[in-house]
Amino acid sequence: MAVRDLNGAPTVIDLDQVNKWFGQFHVLTDINLQVKQSEKIVICGPSGSGKSTLIRCINRLEEHQAGSIIVSVDGKRIELTNDVKNVEAIRKEVGMVFQSFNLFPHLTILDNLTLAPIWVKKMPKKEADDIAMSLLKRVRIPEQALKYPGQLSGGQQQRVAIARALCMRPQIMLFDEPTSALDPEMVKEVLDVMIELANEGMTMLVVTHEMGFARSVADRVIFMDRGEIVEQAPPKEFFANPRNERTRMFLSQILHH
Amino acid sequence: MAIAHAGPAKARVAPWNDPFIRGWFFQIVVIGAVTLLAWYLVSNTLENLERQKIATGFDYLNREAGFEIGDTIIPYSPADTYARAILVGVINTLRIAVIGILLATILGTLIGVGRLSPNWLLAKLCEWYVELFRNVPLLLWLFLIYKVISEAFPGPRQAISVLWDTIFLSNRGLYFPVPFAHDVHGWMGVGLLAGIVAAWVIGRWAKARQARTGQPFPSIRAGAGAIIGLPLLIWLFGGAPLDFSVPALKGFNFEGGTVIQPEFTALLVGLVLYTSAFVAEIVRSGILALHKGQSEAAYSVGLSRGQAMRLVLLPQALRVIVPPMTSQYLNITKNSSLAIAIGYPDLVASINVTINQTGQAVENVLIIMAAYLSVSLSISLFMNWYNRRIAMKER
Amino acid sequence: MSQATEAGPATTQPARLPPTLDTGAIGWMRKNLFSSVGNSITTILVVAFIVWILSWFVDWALLQATFQAESGKDCAKSHGACWALIGEKYRYIFFGSFPYEQHWRPLFAIITMIAMLLLSSDRRMWNWRLAIIWTVGSFITFVLMFGEIFIPVTLIFVLALIAGLAGYLIRRKVAESGERIAYVALAGLGIAYVLLRLIGVLPSVSIPVTPFSYVETGNWGGLAVTMIVATYGLAAAFPYGILLALGRRSKLPLIRGLCIGFIELIRGVPLISLLIMASVMLPLFLPAGMNFDKLLRAQVAVILFAGAYIAEIVRGGLQSLPKGQFEAADAMGLNYAQKTAFIVLPQALRVVIPPLINTFIGFFKDTSLLLIIGIFDFLSTANQALVDPVWTGYPGEVYLFAAAVYFCFCYSMSRYSKYLERELNKGTQR
Repeated sequence: MAVRDLNGAPTVIDLDQVNKWFGQFHVLTDINLQVKQSEKIVICGPSGSGKSTLIRCINRLEEHQAGSIIVSVDGKRIELTNDVKNVEAIRKEVGMVFQSFNLFPHLTILDNLTLAPIWVKKMPKKEADDIAMSLLKRVRIPEQALKYPGQLSGGQQQRVAIARALCMRPQIMLFDEPTSALDPEMVKEVLDVMIELANEGMTMLVVTHEMGFARSVADRVIFMDRGEIVEQAPPKEFFANPRNERTRMFLSQILHH
Repeated sequence: MAIAHAGPAKARVAPWNDPFIRGWFFQIVVIGAVTLLAWYLVSNTLENLERQKIATGFDYLNREAGFEIGDTIIPYSPADTYARAILVGVINTLRIAVIGILLATILGTLIGVGRLSPNWLLAKLCEWYVELFRNVPLLLWLFLIYKVISEAFPGPRQAISVLWDTIFLSNRGLYFPVPFAHDVHGWMGVGLLAGIVAAWVIGRWAKARQARTGQPFPSIRAGAGAIIGLPLLIWLFGGAPLDFSVPALKGFNFEGGTVIQPEFTALLVGLVLYTSAFVAEIVRSGILALHKGQSEAAYSVGLSRGQAMRLVLLPQALRVIVPPMTSQYLNITKNSSLAIAIGYPDLVASINVTINQTGQAVENVLIIMAAYLSVSLSISLFMNWYNRRIAMKER
Repeated sequence: MSQATEAGPATTQPARLPPTLDTGAIGWMRKNLFSSVGNSITTILVVAFIVWILSWFVDWALLQATFQAESGKDCAKSHGACWALIGEKYRYIFFGSFPYEQHWRPLFAIITMIAMLLLSSDRRMWNWRLAIIWTVGSFITFVLMFGEIFIPVTLIFVLALIAGLAGYLIRRKVAESGERIAYVALAGLGIAYVLLRLIGVLPSVSIPVTPFSYVETGNWGGLAVTMIVATYGLAAAFPYGILLALGRRSKLPLIRGLCIGFIELIRGVPLISLLIMASVMLPLFLPAGMNFDKLLRAQVAVILFAGAYIAEIVRGGLQSLPKGQFEAADAMGLNYAQKTAFIVLPQALRVVIPPLINTFIGFFKDTSLLLIIGIFDFLSTANQALVDPVWTGYPGEVYLFAAAVYFCFCYSMSRYSKYLERELNKGTQR
C-alpha cells in the first residue's frame, strides 16, 4: 500500500500524556498519540500491554486519571471528561466493534442495527430500515436481516456488529481484536469488510494480531508493551526494521511463518 | 434356485430380556404395589371412620357453620353455611396473596437494584436486609411483628390519632375514613376503565407515530394522566361529593370508617418483608447474569443509561428473573397459610375449625389441597407458556 | 506522526502512583460514596437513617437495658430491654422440658448432628464412610435423647438383606466369586431370619442399650427437636428424593406420570397442610390401635415434603449432565443400577450440593411450623417462655434472641454453602 499523504488532514484524536491506573497498577503510561482523519492505525502488543484499555478510553468505556483525550468532529473539539454531554457527543461519532460481538440477542439483526438510529437520532423507522439494509448489503448478508444473532455464525455476527456501528455514521471506528474470537475460516470475511471500509476513507484504530491486515492497510503500526507506546512506524519500516529490542522479540514470536 | 428372502430374520429374544416387556413388567409391578398400598390405606380409613362414627361425603358443606370469622369483606355470620365460611377463607387468602405479591415485587426490586448501587453504603444496607430476612424463619417474624403491634400499640381509648382525628392507630387496627357509597362512584369506575383503554390507545398511536416520524412521545405519562384524570373529571362533574364515614370512638371501640386489622397487617408486613429479600436476590442475579458487553455495546452505540436499561438490559434480565419470581409468588400464596398462627382467618384457618367441628378430616384436607393446587398449577402453566414464548432462538 | 519513536529498555524508574485523591481511604470514599451529587445525597440519607435506627436500638438494647432482675416488674422500671428474662429462661428455650440436670444430653446430640452434617458435605467422605458416619452418629444421637433404646434384631437382619442385595446387584459383574458369594450369603441370612420371624419360629428379640434415664419424645423440646426433624428429614428425604428424580426422568410412562404427579402434588400445597394432614389423617390411615408417636408423624410429613423439593433439585443436576456421559456408560456395558450409581449420580450430586444446602436451610426454618401442631421445637419453646406470668410483656427480647440463634445457624450454613460452591468450581475452571 503506497504511503498516503496525510499531512494536510486534520487531527481527529489527540491523546496527551494520558495515564491510567487500575487501583495501584499503572496500566497506561504517558500515552501521546495524534490520529489524523482517514488514518488507519494498527495497535499490537503482548496481552496485558494496555492496547484494549487505550482504545476503550477513547469512547469512555474506561476512564483515564491523568492527561487529556480530545476528539475533533467537524472542527469542534470535545474533551473527554466526566461531563455526560461530552461523552454522549463523542460516542455518537465513534463506533466500536468488540471481540465478542455483543449483539443484542433478543432483537433481530435489523432491530440490532436500527435501535440506535431510532432512539438516539430519532429517525423514522423506514429511514432507519433503509440505512440498515444498505449496510447489511455492504457487509454481504442482507438475507439475514430478520434472523436472530443466535442463528448466525461467528463471522456473520461480527459483520453485523460492524454494520451496527456504521449505522450511526461515525467518523471514527475502533476495533478491539475483532477477529480473535472467530474460527480461522471466518477471519477472512471480516477482514475483507474492514479492508473495504479502510479503502473508503474511514479513520480506524484496530487492535489486532492480524499482521497481514496491518501490512496491507495500515498507515501506521504501533507496538505497545506494559502500558507504553514502545514504537510506531509505517508498516514497511515497522516490519522490516524494528528499532526496539522488545518490538523485535514480539515480532519474532508472532511472525514465525 | 431362487431363494426367497422375506427380509432379515427377526432375532429371537427371550421375553425376560426384551426391554419393552421388561419395562412394562416393571411398571405393572410398581403400579400394583402402589395400588395395594392405596387400597390398604383406604380400607383402613373407611374402617376407622365407621368405627368413630364420622360421616363421609360433602353434605356438611350445607350445614350451619356456627363459628365467627373476625375479618371478612363479604358479609358472613355464624348462621351461614360451612361452604360460605370456606369461601371467606379463600377470599382472605387471595387478599393477602395478591397485595403481598404486588408489594413484595416492588420492594424486592428496589432492594435488588439497591444492592447493585455504586454507593457502597446503600449496597451494604440492602445486603444486610437480605441476609437478615433470609436467615430467620417467617413464622418468627410474624410473631414478632404481631406481638409488637398488639402489645406496643395503645388500646382504642389511647389510640394515636392523625389528620385531625380522622385516622386512628391502636392495637385493634388502623381505622381510617371511607367514602359513603355514592352514584358517582359507579361512573368513576367506568371512567377508570375508559382511562385504561385510552392509555392503551395512546400507547399504540405513539408507537406508530414514532415509527413514522421518529419523534418519541411520553406515552407513559399521558397514559397515567388518562387513568387518573378521567375518574377525577367524572368526580368533579358529579358534584365532587366528599361525604366520608369517619371512625369515632364509641364505648370501647370505633364505629364508622373501615379498618385494617392487626392480624392482616402483621401477616402482610411479615410476608412482604420476608419475600422481598428473596425477590431482591432474584432481581440482582438477573441483572448480574447479563453479559457486561451488552451494556458496553449499548453505550458505545450512543444509547443513554435509561435507554440502554429499557431496550437492551431489562428485556434480557427478565428472561432470567421471571421463572424464579413466579416461584416466589407461589411461595407467598403458600406461606399465607401461616395466618393460622396469628389468628388471621385464611383458608387453612377456616378448614381447621371445620375439621374440629365436623371431624371430617379427609374431605376438608382434600379441599385445601384442591385450592392450593389449582393456584400452583395455573402458575406452572403460565410459566411454561412464558418460557416457550421468550425462549431465544438459537441455531 | 510517521517517524519511529523509541522508548528505552524496560524502565527502572520507580512505579508511579495514581494521583493521591484517587487512592487510599479518601479515594475509596470519593469513588464509592461521593462520586456524584446523587450519590452524595444518598450517602447522607443512608447515614442519617442508620444513625437514627442505631441510636434507638443501642439505647433500648444496651444503655437502658436490665441485665439482672428478679421478675418482670423489676424490668418494667426502665424502658430498655429486659435481658434478664433471657438469662432466666434460656435453658428452657434451648432444651424445652427435658429434665434439667440432663441438659448436657440434648446439647451433645445437637453437636453430634452438626458433626454428621459437616462431614457429609465433605466430598472425601462420599463413599462407605458415609454409612458409618450416619449409623454411628444416629446411634449416639438417639441414645442421648431417648436414654434407653431397644434395637430389634430383625432390623439388623433386614439391613443385612438390603446390603447383600445392593452389593450383589452393583458388583455382580465386577467382583470376584468370593465377594459375590459373600453378598448372596448376607442376603440369604437376612431373608432366612425375616421368614422365620414371620412364621413365628423365632421370637422378637431386642438388644437393649440403656445408659441413661428414659425421656419420652413428648418431653423433648427446643433446639434438639428442630435439629432432629431437619437433619433426619433431609437425610431420609435424600434417597427417596433421588428415586423420585430418577423416576421423573424415566422413559416408562406410568412411572414418570406417577412421579410427576406426586412431586407436583407435594410442591403445590403448603407445608402446614401436610403437617395438619399428618397429625389428623395419619391415625385414620392406620389400623385401629396402632399409635404413632406425634413427633414421628411430623417427621414423616417433613420427609414427604422435603423429598419432593430434593427431587426437583437433583433433577436439575441430572439435566445438567451431558448426554455423552449416559452414552459412554451404556457403551461400556453397565446396567441401569451401575450406570446410575457410579457415573450419573456422583456427577449430578456434586453439582447440586450448594442448592441442597440452601434447601436444608429452608427446612431448618420450616421446622418452626411444628409449633402449630403442638410439637415443641425451638420457636415453640421460645413462645412458651413468654407465657410465664412473672415475666410477661417482653416479646421483643425473646423473639430477638430466638432470631439471633436462627440467624447464627442459617447464616453460617449459607456461608459454608458459598464456600463449597467456590471449592467445587475450582475443579471445573482452568
